[in-house]
Amino acid sequence: MAERKNGAVAEHLNAPAGEPILQVRGLVKHYPLTQGILFRKQVGAVKAVDGVDFDLGAGETLGIVGESGCGKSTVAKMLVNLERPTAGEIRYKGDDITKLSGRALKAVRRNIQMVFQDPYTSLNPRMTVGDIIGEPYEIHPEVAPKGDRRRQVQDLLDVVGLNPEYINRYPHQFSGGQRQRIGIARGLALRPEIIVADEPVSALDVSVQAQVINLMDRLQTEFALSYVFIAHDLSIVRHISDRVGVMYLGRIVETGRDAEIYDHPTHPYTQALLSAVPVPDPEAREHRERIILFGDVPSPANIPSGCRFRTRCWKAAERCAMEVPLLAVPAEFRYEAGPAAHDSACHFAEEKQVVPQEPVEPPGEPTDGSA
Amino acid sequence: MTDVLLEVRDLHVEFRTRDGVAKAVNGVTYSVDEGETLAVLGESGSGKSVTAQAVMGILDTPPGKITSGEILFKGQDLLKFKEEERRKVRGAQMAMIFQDALSSLNPVLSVGAQLGEMFTVHRGASRKEAKAKAIELMDRVRIPGAASRVGDYPHQFSGGMRQRIMIAMALALEPALIIADEPTTALDVTVQAQVMDLLAELQRELNMGLILITHDLGVVADVADRIAVMYAGRIVESAPVHDIYKAPAHPYTKGLLESIPRLDQKGRELYAIKGLPPNLMNIPPGCAFNPRCPMAQDVCRTDVPPLYEVTEAGADRVSACHFWRECLNG
Repeated sequence: MAERKNGAVAEHLNAPAGEPILQVRGLVKHYPLTQGILFRKQVGAVKAVDGVDFDLGAGETLGIVGESGCGKSTVAKMLVNLERPTAGEIRYKGDDITKLSGRALKAVRRNIQMVFQDPYTSLNPRMTVGDIIGEPYEIHPEVAPKGDRRRQVQDLLDVVGLNPEYINRYPHQFSGGQRQRIGIARGLALRPEIIVADEPVSALDVSVQAQVINLMDRLQTEFALSYVFIAHDLSIVRHISDRVGVMYLGRIVETGRDAEIYDHPTHPYTQALLSAVPVPDPEAREHRERIILFGDVPSPANIPSGCRFRTRCWKAAERCAMEVPLLAVPAEFRYEAGPAAHDSACHFAEEKQVVPQEPVEPPGEPTDGSA
Repeated sequence: MTDVLLEVRDLHVEFRTRDGVAKAVNGVTYSVDEGETLAVLGESGSGKSVTAQAVMGILDTPPGKITSGEILFKGQDLLKFKEEERRKVRGAQMAMIFQDALSSLNPVLSVGAQLGEMFTVHRGASRKEAKAKAIELMDRVRIPGAASRVGDYPHQFSGGMRQRIMIAMALALEPALIIADEPTTALDVTVQAQVMDLLAELQRELNMGLILITHDLGVVADVADRIAVMYAGRIVESAPVHDIYKAPAHPYTKGLLESIPRLDQKGRELYAIKGLPPNLMNIPPGCAFNPRCPMAQDVCRTDVPPLYEVTEAGADRVSACHFWRECLNG
């Protein structure tokens, strides 16, 4: 456990069982900021993703949570090769897909598909549902022979809980939840192994959200899928994920199994994030200890030195400005086998329960972020 | 001790469109006391925002039309007011906070000018006074460096700061009633907590009535005193917040509560309300929820349930379900 510099999660107990299907190492995406028209020179960079490592096991769901601008969607785009990383590796079954091109890349892409957030803009309004779901077969004709495609599409509609007779309808004839089902059917068309879902339910109403989440749960078992599930809703991520990574300003700051993150968070950002989530239980409001953070997330073009969370952290000390905390099991928990012993990028990691448990604990010391 | 501030009685609103008449609000009745927070909970298309627009008098007419009902504000029926009188109430006595602060603020005017406008228009203040008031308001909603940022434009502020400016604008004339339509939906959780805290604090300070329109059951549990749950343009259940989470008396409320994933638990399968919300041009006969309801009987398909007084499990509760008793106990 000495060599953990590269965020090598693999040898740790958090690691998924068996060989990981996807290994992400040192993933970076910087968007250059340029000045001048004739002589463009780079004056800086928006560091959207700034060194992300994680593993995804076969059949596993990895949840990635974070607020807007933390880089979670950029990670998703790089996983499906919609964006080329500035640096780092994405190894799919050992091959680094960032270095692949041509036929080899095409073959890999078939196995990593994406479901988008907004079911209203991610479906072409001029194409029928059959054409939308069947379009992947145009690019990968080996998956379904031409004569068979219509039947395949109808099967897919059935699988996601839509009437196969709707194959000739257009997206506007469907509700938001049904459209998201169409998006999922398109993602499944090529029988991928990995689905990257970027906020797949955030545009949906509560009662419909549950339907889509249950569908994704069912499909995972049925098709042995691995999910990278990206969302800002912490409750949904807990529900669906086996492991969770919390992102802040382009980096994963804490990662572990769902109970480790939710019931035993050690990073102050995770604690603040969890404590801010409204809990649908009015009895809890008197007992809850809330950590209200001050200010906004700094600009990714101008990331604070040392620990990137220090500008909003109530624990920040001199060391935090000097030294970048590594994502590793904090020293104080290293020899424990308990749930607090998971990767957390904080110099002053400390276990703290912020999600009210049953039975509700007596109220603790009031915390405010000002100290 | 407390007085009823606003009372909406049997309000009906229709939208006449080319495809037919959409019945957006079908007999909504609710009331808000001074200093009270009423959460109006519902999914898209449930009529929660349309009701609020009718109360504020900012409904687009046509195509919208208030067909019947009363909106009593401090005892006077606003629907009988002339537009001129209505305008004096709006802003000064009741104000609204919208969801999307970026599109609700004028992009070509500085925030100071937009805040100050409240005082020049309603109070006849000079521009200098208005500017001073604007700075005071920005301070009050804790925008750092208010005096130096008063000349900034909306795009120069972050989402949370813009929502603070919206709150400042609503509070400017210290109205008795604030209607907040999904005020934190567009914000991140940590910022949402900041904004909700601020809103609750200012409400206490000024003893305002607050109508909080939302679809988020978590936010409701955190701040509301009472809840009114809407479905297909009607209130289906209304109760004090503690009672409703403990024992819902309407199958729709119950379904909603069971369908949300919990932060503190990891369940395997979520309960999902089957089907979709009804098309407002073609609301099912009887109880509008009957096609999706696990408890529906024949009577639900024929008779519109009235608002029954729920006499067990807490006072001051109503439910529009023929079988509220079974729902409560099962």
